[in-house]
Amino acid sequence: MEIRMLIGSIVTLIGAIFIFLGALGIVRMPDLYNRLQTGTKASTLGTILSIAGIGIINPEWAGKAFIIISFVMMTNPVSSHTLARGAHHIGIPLSDKTVIDKLQEAETEENKEDQI
Amino acid sequence: MNLKNVLQIFVLSYLTWLALNWSVHTDVLVTGAIISVLIAVLLCSQCSVLQEVRLTPKSFAYAFGFVGVFWIELFKSNFDVARRVLTPSLPINPGIVEVKTRLKSNIGKMLLANAITLTPGTLTVDILGDRMFIHWIDVSSTDINEATHAIVSKFEKYLEVMYG
Amino acid sequence: MVEIILYIAGGLILLGMLTALWRFVKGPSSADRIMAFDAMTVTSIALIALIAFFNNRIIYLDVALVYGLLSFTGVIVIARFLEKGL
Repeated sequence: MEIRMLIGSIVTLIGAIFIFLGALGIVRMPDLYNRLQTGTKASTLGTILSIAGIGIINPEWAGKAFIIISFVMMTNPVSSHTLARGAHHIGIPLSDKTVIDKLQEAETEENKEDQI
Repeated sequence: MNLKNVLQIFVLSYLTWLALNWSVHTDVLVTGAIISVLIAVLLCSQCSVLQEVRLTPKSFAYAFGFVGVFWIELFKSNFDVARRVLTPSLPINPGIVEVKTRLKSNIGKMLLANAITLTPGTLTVDILGDRMFIHWIDVSSTDINEATHAIVSKFEKYLEVMYG
Repeated sequence: MVEIILYIAGGLILLGMLTALWRFVKGPSSADRIMAFDAMTVTSIALIALIAFFNNRIIYLDVALVYGLLSFTGVIVIARFLEKGL
């Protein structure tokens, strides 16, 4: 009983640490795409672990916790993907450290074909 | 009216209802069954969201394998993020690379893009047909084949059996 | 013991939301702001779950679920608007 609650609270604490590190990455990274990378991964696993910890502490809440977890896991990558595509479409610049941009090359190729 | 489709939607919504209520009282069971049948028949007699899912024992086994690999990669990616964020010099070498996928179905591509987004250092930016453009935080190779091998292959072998 | 650990976790989550809020204020582009908003809403789902534990009310988890649904739709709509207008 007591051990189970302790395990649940530690899982929640690990999730909270990941959430904080992800938010730190949002501030530290140089451009939008790198921020999306850290923000999405860390906030997804952080939220999943926090809710899973609450589900472990209260086993009768486990069903709802499972629904929320699967929902977050399905939707969070989709929203960040949509955001990245929109940002690239309107030309938000990549950082100076970027070594290659294949998508830009592909789009310019398509535009050339359209003009011909 | 596609019977397999309606049945899949009914089972999915009924399981969601049971998990949300977390009780087996008769009234909960009956209400959920009625609502699930209504949703499946009225709203989803035409839709084809789960059309491409294969329901064979082999695909179930591969689904478990996919989920296992996915969780391991998710934890690895978070430790990777933590390491990069906490290093003072910010070790990144980002770029957008192109990879190819062999998957044909839409839901298979969606699951692949989601899995890629949650694996270490990669983020799906755009999909054009079978070409996927991936933002890679630490580019090790700009060649299409090598990038495909590094990013896509570990999930593709499971999803290919599940969705074709 | 359990409560203390969970209070620390709640404090860390709040600190993370404040850090994301700084990116929201600073920008520089609108896409950065939406990204910070998305991170904050997903984080607040975890916070609502913690509040549900502290008040011992399961109904708050439903609030978290609906909040997640609405924020997902909102982010998708704004991103589509950025891409090509409504």
